Order: sequence, then C-alpha cells, then structure tokens
Amino acid sequence: MKINIKKIAKLANLTLNSEEEVKFEKQLTDIVNYIDKLNEVNTTAVEPTAQVTGLVNVSREDNSAISSLNQEDALKNTKSKHNGLFKVKAILEEK
Amino acid sequence: MKYQPVIGLEIHVELNTKTKMFCRCSTKYFGEEPNTHTCPTCLGLPGALPYPNNQAIEDCAKIALALGCEITNFSYFERKNYFYPDLPKGYQISQYVGPFGHDGYLDIKSEVRNTKFETNSKSKISNSKRIRIRRVHMEEDTGKIIHQEVEGEKVSLLDFNRSGIPLVEIVTEPDITSGEEAKAFLTKLQRIIKYLGVSDADMEKGNMRLEPNISLLEISNSRPERSRRVKFRAAGIVSGDARPISNDKLPSYKVEVKNINSFRFVERAIEFEQKRQTEILERGEIPVQETRGWNETKNQTVSQRIKEEAHDYRYFPEPDIPPILLEQSVIDKLKHEIPELPDEKTKRFVKEYGLSEYNTQILTREKTTADYFETAVKEGQKFKIESKHIANEIINKKIDINQVLPAQLISQIREQKSNIQEKLTDEDKKIINDVICENDKAAQDYKNGKIQVLGFLIGMVNRKLQGKKINTNIIKQELENLLK
Amino acid sequence: MNIEELTIESLIKGYKDKQFSVTEIIKLHLERIKYHDKDLNSFITVTEKEALEEAVKKDKMLSNGNTDHPLFGIPIGVKDLFVTKDIKTTAASNVLKDFTPVYDATTVKRLKEAGAIILGKLNCDAWAHGSSGENSDFGPTKNPWHTDYTPGGSSSGSAASVAASFTLASTGSDTGGSIRLPASFTSTVGLKPTYGLVSRYGIIAMASSLDSIGHITKTVYDNAIILNVTAGTDGMDATVVPNKKTDYLKNIIKDIKGLRIGIPKEYIDKGLDADVKIIFKEAVKVFSRRGAQVEEVSLPHTEYAVACYYIIQPSEVSSNLARYDGIRYGNDRTFFGDEAKRRIMLGTFTLSSGYYDAFYKKAMQVRTLIKKDFEKVFENFDVLVAPVSPTLPWKLGDKVNDPLKMYLSDILTVSANLSGHPALSVPAGFSQDKNLPIGIQIIGPHFSEHIIYNVAYAFEQETLYYKQKPNLI
Repeated sequence: MKINIKKIAKLANLTLNSEEEVKFEKQLTDIVNYIDKLNEVNTTAVEPTAQVTGLVNVSREDNSAISSLNQEDALKNTKSKHNGLFKVKAILEEK
Repeated sequence: MKYQPVIGLEIHVELNTKTKMFCRCSTKYFGEEPNTHTCPTCLGLPGALPYPNNQAIEDCAKIALALGCEITNFSYFERKNYFYPDLPKGYQISQYVGPFGHDGYLDIKSEVRNTKFETNSKSKISNSKRIRIRRVHMEEDTGKIIHQEVEGEKVSLLDFNRSGIPLVEIVTEPDITSGEEAKAFLTKLQRIIKYLGVSDADMEKGNMRLEPNISLLEISNSRPERSRRVKFRAAGIVSGDARPISNDKLPSYKVEVKNINSFRFVERAIEFEQKRQTEILERGEIPVQETRGWNETKNQTVSQRIKEEAHDYRYFPEPDIPPILLEQSVIDKLKHEIPELPDEKTKRFVKEYGLSEYNTQILTREKTTADYFETAVKEGQKFKIESKHIANEIINKKIDINQVLPAQLISQIREQKSNIQEKLTDEDKKIINDVICENDKAAQDYKNGKIQVLGFLIGMVNRKLQGKKINTNIIKQELENLLK
Repeated sequence: MNIEELTIESLIKGYKDKQFSVTEIIKLHLERIKYHDKDLNSFITVTEKEALEEAVKKDKMLSNGNTDHPLFGIPIGVKDLFVTKDIKTTAASNVLKDFTPVYDATTVKRLKEAGAIILGKLNCDAWAHGSSGENSDFGPTKNPWHTDYTPGGSSSGSAASVAASFTLASTGSDTGGSIRLPASFTSTVGLKPTYGLVSRYGIIAMASSLDSIGHITKTVYDNAIILNVTAGTDGMDATVVPNKKTDYLKNIIKDIKGLRIGIPKEYIDKGLDADVKIIFKEAVKVFSRRGAQVEEVSLPHTEYAVACYYIIQPSEVSSNLARYDGIRYGNDRTFFGDEAKRRIMLGTFTLSSGYYDAFYKKAMQVRTLIKKDFEKVFENFDVLVAPVSPTLPWKLGDKVNDPLKMYLSDILTVSANLSGHPALSVPAGFSQDKNLPIGIQIIGPHFSEHIIYNVAYAFEQETLYYKQKPNLI
C-alpha cells in the first residue's frame, strides 16, 4: 500500500518540505504495511469497541452556569489579539 | 428545456438552554463583551474535556419527535474533523451515523399555480405538501469570525462566546421545489420550534441559520410515472406536483448557499440560483458544485472560497463521551411534554370555536397568543361572551397581550356590551322607518329578493343614530319586519 | 535520615513525630534536583519558589498539629502533560514551550488538596509519543541506573525522578505502556489504573479512549496512598465510572495464599531477552512460594495488539492534536516534532474516507477480541503476571531512526490499554552484567486495583528490590 503523503499532510494541516515528504512517505508506508496485519483476523460479526467502560448516558443537568474565564485569562496565551478578540490573518470569505 | 428546482434545506437551530452543550458556561452571551463566556472546554484548551448537557439532548429529541422522526435509541456523538479558525478543537462534536432523529416530515401548504387556467395566472390552488426530514442531530456551535481592518491590515477577529452553544441541525430531503415553498417550510418550522420552547428561534440573533442547497433537474414533458403518484396518493402523502425524486434521478451537482439569516433571503437566494443555474444549463454546461454565500447588498449569491479542498471529515466515535441511550420511558416523557402544535391547534380552533381559517392563523402564530385567547374564552364563558367576539377583539383591536390580562379583556368587552341597547325606543323605530322611506330603491331591491342590501340599510340607520349603540340584530329584525 | 530511603509512609510519620520540618525536606529534595538533574534531565521546570512558599505554609500547619492530609508535605513531580495553573506546561513540545495554563488538572488539584507539594514539571516524550523519552523537545531523560540508557517512556522524567529520589511520587499517563515501561526500566512502581478510574480532565490528551492517568512511586504501599487521592469521579470527565473507588490500603498486606495467577504464554513464548526470561522465572517462583496457584493461560489475539494500537492511537492523536493551531495559545503546527507529525498523518490516513473500514473500524473490532481474551481469562484467574518489556532498557539513540522498531517495544503493554484493564509494574530484579532494572506487571480485571496492590505488595516484601538505589554521579 502506498500513502499519498501530500494529500494526507494537507488534510492534517501540516506543511512538509520535499525532504520530509520522502522520509515520512517511506516511514508511514512501512507502518501501514505492518498494521495491515489486522487483515489476518476474522472479524465477521464482531462488534467494534470504541470505549471500554460500558457507560451510557453520562450527562449533567442544565443548572445555572458557572463563572467563565475572564477575558484576560481567555486571551492569556495568545500571541495575537485586538480589543478582546483573537486576531488572525484575514480569512478570505469571497472570491 | 424545462428545469425543476431540487432544493434541500439544512437548518441550524441554537437551543436556549442555560448552559452550553459540553461545558457549564452561560449561553447568555448576546450583547456581551467578546471572549467573556468561555472556559477551557469551549475554548479548546489543552486537557479540557466535554461533559454533555442533558437538557440539550432532550430538546433535540423533542424537535425530532415534533417533526415525526424516528428516534435512534442507541446513538453516540462523533467527531467531525476539519480545520477552521472558529473551530477551537479542530473538530466539532456532532452526530453522524446515529442522529437522535431520522426520517420525519413536515407538511406545508404549497400554493401551486393552477395550470388548467393558464389565462388567469393569479389563480392558485392551495395544496398540502409533505417535506421529508432526513435527520435531526445534535452538535455544538463554533466561535464567531469578525472581518475587520486593523491598522490598515485586513484581519479576522475571533470571539468564542458562541463556541459550544448547543446546536440542532435539521436536514430535509430535496423535496422543495421553489423559494416560496422553502419559505413556507421555514416559517412553519420556526413556529414549531417556538411552540416547543426549545429555542428563541430569533433570526436577528442568529438563533436560526439556513443553508439551502439547490440544483436543477431537467424534466421531460411526459407525466411522472403513474405508479409513484398512486402510491404516494394512497399513502395520503402527496398531492399535485409534490413528488419526491428518487436519488438516482437527482442532478449530478449541488450548490450550497451558506448561513443565510432570513427566510426572505433564502427565497431570494433560491430564485437567484434558479436563474443562474438555468442560464448555465442552457449553455450546455453544468454548474460547479460549490458553496456560495448570500450577498445582501448585491442581492445575489457569490462563490466562496472552499473551506477545505477535500471534504473528508474523518468522523469517528467521540471517545470522551459515553453513548446515549434514549429509553422508551424518556421518549414517552418527551412526547408528553410536547405541547399541541400549530397544525392541531388550528384545526381545533376552527372546530371548537368556529373561527375563520384566517383568524385562526393569526391567533395560533404565537403560542402565547393562542394560550391568551383560550384563557379569555374560558373567562368569557362565565358571561356568555362568544369566542368569536373575543377573537375579533384580540385581532382587530390589536390587544397587547403582555399588558392586558385575559380577565381584563373580558371585562372590557362586557363594559362595551352593557352600553349597547337591546331594545328600541319609539324614537329609534322612527329613525329606522325614515331610513326605509329615504332609501326607497334599496327597499324595493330587498323586497325583490336582493337581501344583501340589508347591510347597507343597517349602515344608514347607524349613521342616523349618531353614535348611539344598538344591538345590530335588533335593528336587523326591525328592518325585516318593516320590509315584509 | 537518608533521603533515598524516604517513602510517603515514613515521611508522614516523620512529620507527625516532628523529626523534620517540611521546609527541610523540600529543600533537601530541591538541592538534590539542582545537583543531579543537570545530568539526568528529568525536569523541564522546577518550581523552587512556589514549593518553598508552600513548605512554609505547611510548616505553620505542622506547628498547629494540623497534618491530617494523606499527602501532607510530600514532594512530588508532575508529568508536563498535566496542566498546572500558572505553571508552564509544555507537553515537552516546542508547540507549547511558552504555554501557561489557567486551570489545574483534576489530579493536580486533588494532589495539592491532599497536601502534596509540587517540585516541578517532568520531562517526557513530546505529547507522550514514545517509549524512550527521546522524543522530548527538551532533550532526552537519562536512566539514573546507567546514564547511557533510556529510562523508558513516555513518562521518562516521572520514572527517573522517583528512581533518583528527587521526589517521592510523580504523576504519569499510560496510553500504551508509558507508565509501566519507564517504571520497569528504573526499578520503580508504576500504576496504569483501570480506564475510567482516574479523571483525565486537564491531562493533555494523547489517545482519549486509551489514556490512563496513573503515577510512579518508590513502593507499592506509597502507590496505593496516591491512588486513594486521585481516583473517583469529578464531574469533568464523562468517562470516569462512578462508585468504583475503594480504599486501596485496606487489604494490601493480606497474604496471597490460594490466589489464582495466570501467566499469558503469548507474553513469554518468544522474543524475550535472556535476562528478562531469568528474572521472570524467578518472579513466578516468588508467587508460588507465597502460596498462589500459578498457571499458564492464553490471550490468543496478543500478536495483533500493536497493530491494533497503532491504528486506534494515532487516529485519536490526529484529532486531539488538531486544536494546536497557534491561534489561542502556543506556536503553530510547524513546531511539531517528527513523531507527532508521523502520528498525526498516520491517524489522518487511517480515518480518511476509503480507509476507515479497513483500518479504524477493523481495529475497533480487533479491540473487542483483545478485550474478550482478557475477560475470558479473568473468569478463572484473579490476576495475570507478565514481563513489562521483552528487552532490557536500550541505549539512548538505538531506536530513534526506526519508528516501527520503537513502536514494537510496547508489545507487552498495549493490550491492557486496548482492553482498559489495570496493570502495575513492580521491580523484579536487575540484569546480570549491566545491573539494569527489570520489572514485571500485574494485570487484573477492571477496577481490581486493590487486588493488584495486594499481589504486588506480597512480591515486593519478599524481594525487597525497592531498597536498591542507583548511584548518582
């Protein structure tokens, strides 16, 4: 199996240089060929396990709200802000 | 070539719970300072986890039930993975495989142009049409992006107060065929949601956001297959032109118009797209499958940069939240909590109170008005005041139901009534006689069987009475006696 | 007083008996860190000032006779994957090298409330991705027993710092062996609790359905003391199972006569280093001597565990690391190291359309089979005993260029994460030529930590390996 590294990197929001592309493509292909081993296992009629606790219906009542972070704390770790808002480069909305 | 619009709607409804979907932040952020209603969870801080709000889950199921959906008893949240600056975790907690509700419907009144009388284009036939609901699922809202210029540089600013507000997504099948129908559907949906009390459904506050997807289907002139029509007719589902289109017949492309915040704009966007796509198709081309936005000022849809080139959301079960089991007892409880919805209420009002369709529509538009009316009727019964009278009073006098209590309204009506004379004085009788003499032609017409002139004569009497109020029925009786 | 010999148990007693002040103890440990950690690199951040301030407060309480907290004045370290309010938390990644959280993880909060004093934040593989500690952007941690060797990962600093007696306990997280492997490589006691016993709230998520929040201590008894503090629901992590917490000290010293112990044959059949084989045989004898019934059992799907794990784990990783976009905090995604990039891309691939069924769904099904293997065995056995690692600690640098080889070092630990079972690593001896530590793990049914502690305590008291300490340079 071969990995389309460019496509995967884009989907994963990662930027790779061409050297990295070659390296990761090889490493990922090796790993994928290894994990492909699971195809040896017969899983007909086997239910998938997503969680192991067996819990269902864990929720809370919609009681009165707790106090939120203040604006200063919310923005404490950002490098780019403006008037209480996080600031990013313009996201092009329309062509 | 003729084209039939194939329209589906995606509607996002913000619920009005006290706290957010997965954290305990307040949802009352409207008009507040940015980034003051956030916590580690809704800000997507490292290490934070979601903890679901039961009220929101029940509200979502309630919407599904009100839309006649089947409920998925065992379902779970999933992660929808994509990158966008307003999505703090890089994924949205949503539902994919198992929405809380699926396969429901909403019947709307569809005004179909009467094709038999092409000459009279105003002639319309009002039909009931069923719009199928594909799914109703629960998810969380994103932050808000504000586009602005800061120090000469175009930037986007992010406010996460809205992040994590419980959001219900309602998706219809592509059963809608016009902007008008879309508007009718949305109006009715909004009414139902307001009746349920699960959302303020305030368009201006963005509580309801609309995304029509529109494409055009080439239609041949032959009649649609009979079997299909018969089948749906028999099921009482479809009449007239309203026929679901099977999936293999759907157009090969779909144009989505994102985040519209008014029903009128949805209607216009659909009409605009209809025109735009027709032109493209007539050139022998196929419209590009894309997401467009509605530009209010230009009154047209505009192409938007595509969010992520390859839409691959990589859904997988949300490991942080155990599955949700909606037990029958819960479903029964929710069903019990659903109030009488607009359709049933309208029918009942017509039947029970003998109101006109028109008046009923007005009274049932808001649940509070309908409830007000019924309280007043109960109060009025003590004094033998007719419900029609109360309805007229509320509608014509535009009673402010927040100011006047139902009991107050009834005493007002009684007061008016007590000023009305129930017997005629000799003087009154003279006036009536005079009117008949002065309007000889009308009197003759009446005698010749044109009884509708009675109304005119009553009017003339009232004018002569100069403000004196006499029960109309008594005047009518006297006139009839004299004209025998 | 010998700092190396201090345990939570003995220190609490010492405070009560006024043998020493809290400040004295904290200073001693801080000095030891200052002197020896330059070499070992087990801490990313040392919170000397805050620790000393806290010690002064505790001494005041001490003078008022108010020492009624289970961890009163106990110096601990916190893996840098646990968020700590106002203390820099990096996940050992450059992405978060300047990140200061605004809240405490539940476990951190509970440990503080129990009286523990945090000496700092511990090194680990960045984002807990790794088995050797070498994926840290802050340099590898060295094994106190032999500084050319890895202390194991990902909780490398957690294990090394306790082994070096910098602290008496440290927090860790175990997604595929990240507590047990380093505990085994440093002759310390490491618990991976049942999934759903300890809250994950505030621990930077690696793979959410696998992450177990545990800790490393010098002794089994100390380990149980910590679990008594950290276990139980918190209303923040929806996957914590209510009413499962118990008193983990209550039965710890019971004898284990008649206990049924299974040895999974797939764990010892092949691929074990000679030293590990010898040590494990000796360990089994100890249990027999103590009156336990030891029998071989089978977990037939063991050979698929690593493949299964390396689908589920990276898939969840790819999603969990999506929030690091540099907008609200931290640096942008170019700051991720190679291992994080690899796992993000691997997981993106295994979840992507067209591959989901072949990989992710298939892995979830195999996960069911692995879990059932355990459940079946536990119908007849109280616990399982197995080696933690098929090999001895390896030399730093040995596996860094071969990710797959590194992944395969988790071969004996990942199954318990896939199935959610609790497992404890306890010292079992040393290799003959290099004197490198070797541990064994005790695996039990869900929420059987009290039984595991009982078994481990019996073993520890018979073998006393915990009394051997590394010679620090």
